[in-house]
Amino acid sequence: MTAALQHIGAVVLFLLRVLAVLPAALRRPGPVIRQIYNTGARSLIIIMLCGLVVGMIMGLAFSDMLARFGSESALGVAAGLALLKEMGPVITALLFAGRAGTSLTSEIGLMRATDQLTAMQVMAVDPLRAVVAPRFLGGLIAMPLLVAIFDIMGIFGTQLIGVSVMGVDAGTFWSQMQNQVGLDDVGEGVVKSLVFGFACTLIAVYEGYNAEPTAEGVGLGTTRTVIVSSVLVLIFDYMLTAAFL
Amino acid sequence: MVEARGVCYSAGPREIFNGLDLTVERGSITAVMGPSGTGKTTLLRLLTGQIRPSAGSVQVLGEDVGALSRRGLFALRRRMGMLFQNGALLTDLNVFENVAFPVREHARLPEPVLRRLVLMKLEAVGLRGAEQLMPQELSGGMARRVALARAIVMDPEVLIYDEPFVGLDPVSMGFIVRLIRSLNDALGITSIVVSHDVQEVGSIADYSYLLAGGRAVAQGTTAQLQATQDPAVRQFMQGSSEGPVAFHYPAADYAQQLLDARDLPAARSSK
Repeated sequence: MTAALQHIGAVVLFLLRVLAVLPAALRRPGPVIRQIYNTGARSLIIIMLCGLVVGMIMGLAFSDMLARFGSESALGVAAGLALLKEMGPVITALLFAGRAGTSLTSEIGLMRATDQLTAMQVMAVDPLRAVVAPRFLGGLIAMPLLVAIFDIMGIFGTQLIGVSVMGVDAGTFWSQMQNQVGLDDVGEGVVKSLVFGFACTLIAVYEGYNAEPTAEGVGLGTTRTVIVSSVLVLIFDYMLTAAFL
Repeated sequence: MVEARGVCYSAGPREIFNGLDLTVERGSITAVMGPSGTGKTTLLRLLTGQIRPSAGSVQVLGEDVGALSRRGLFALRRRMGMLFQNGALLTDLNVFENVAFPVREHARLPEPVLRRLVLMKLEAVGLRGAEQLMPQELSGGMARRVALARAIVMDPEVLIYDEPFVGLDPVSMGFIVRLIRSLNDALGITSIVVSHDVQEVGSIADYSYLLAGGRAVAQGTTAQLQATQDPAVRQFMQGSSEGPVAFHYPAADYAQQLLDARDLPAARSSK
């Protein structure tokens, strides 16, 4: 218990140090944009593919379930709400932790192991500002964008299967979604994506920055990134869902 | 220029320094030599303020490194350069950007001026043609030379070399040896070279220190160190395995350990 509290304290202190250098990092947009590309654009294919497949699965499963109650016309609403409020943010965050999070941890951990961070300090450059802050901002900005793309692909996938294969009326699909899915539902998804992006990126950069400078240490840090991020995403999702009810 | 007085430092239970005294004159090349594990790299970390001594003081360019604030330390580091043993090049930047990195961080130079400056430094280390290569495409010697170009790009007053000759082929080693000397003379830099390559560092050093047992056990010019009658110093300078400095790490009785091995179970252990 004491060790867990110490760990949480260390993460909070690390966060405060990162927040202190964020304004300086924002004055140099180049590295931040590069990191949005690294964490965001490079995750695009997997996010789009998974969004499409999840949407297709929902198209099949929801059509079947709703048909049992004679409510196939509600497919658009069910898929829209499920994707925007839950599936989009949660699955994107889990994929983000596995793809971008591990990449961030191993990159920063290897920079530590090969003295690159020490070299920066000796050159009077703060690695928190030059390395950690741009990656933290990049992840924070990329996550909501990835969630939006996941949602779009998911809705497209649901429509593709639900309308083309399961025979739900296209007009009903879209009009039901338009009538029942509100801005507050979109807002819930945006808030969740920001919180998940914050948590996943913070854990990834923390584990990388504090990894033991050995091959085993970097490996352990990378593993911890996936585990801690995934658990946190699910816990935060429950808390946020309860808060938005 | 650089002065250590009564420096003590321990890494956990292990005492590294117990009263180290050392002086580096302005514009000189000073070699810090010693067997592995005598704290040479720790000394560099003390000089650059990465760690602080538990007792004594380290003065660099008139500043007490151990007493400096974070801002003061960063200001001092801008006047220093350091060549890391492995180069420590930033792996996501190419050669040109690696050398330009400190300038981009600390100065707002117009791009044409920056480009000319970086090309001049790369030319000095013979790698102007490699400006577009990534660190992964460089040999160990080339990486060390790029790191040297980066270390001198801000025209430091003090330049610290951590084992600059390790793993270099004879051509690269000869080049680096001459480069250290010529940079020192041409730019008026004060150089501190940490190395255990006695011949190479001895050929360019104006003054040398030999570390052992947590302090400087010998000092002088290369000729003075080579002429010394101290058996430990002679053993190190001549690279002999026979002498007062033990080669083997302390261990239990050798014969007894071999005999004890007979009593182990015959089955091969599987992990």
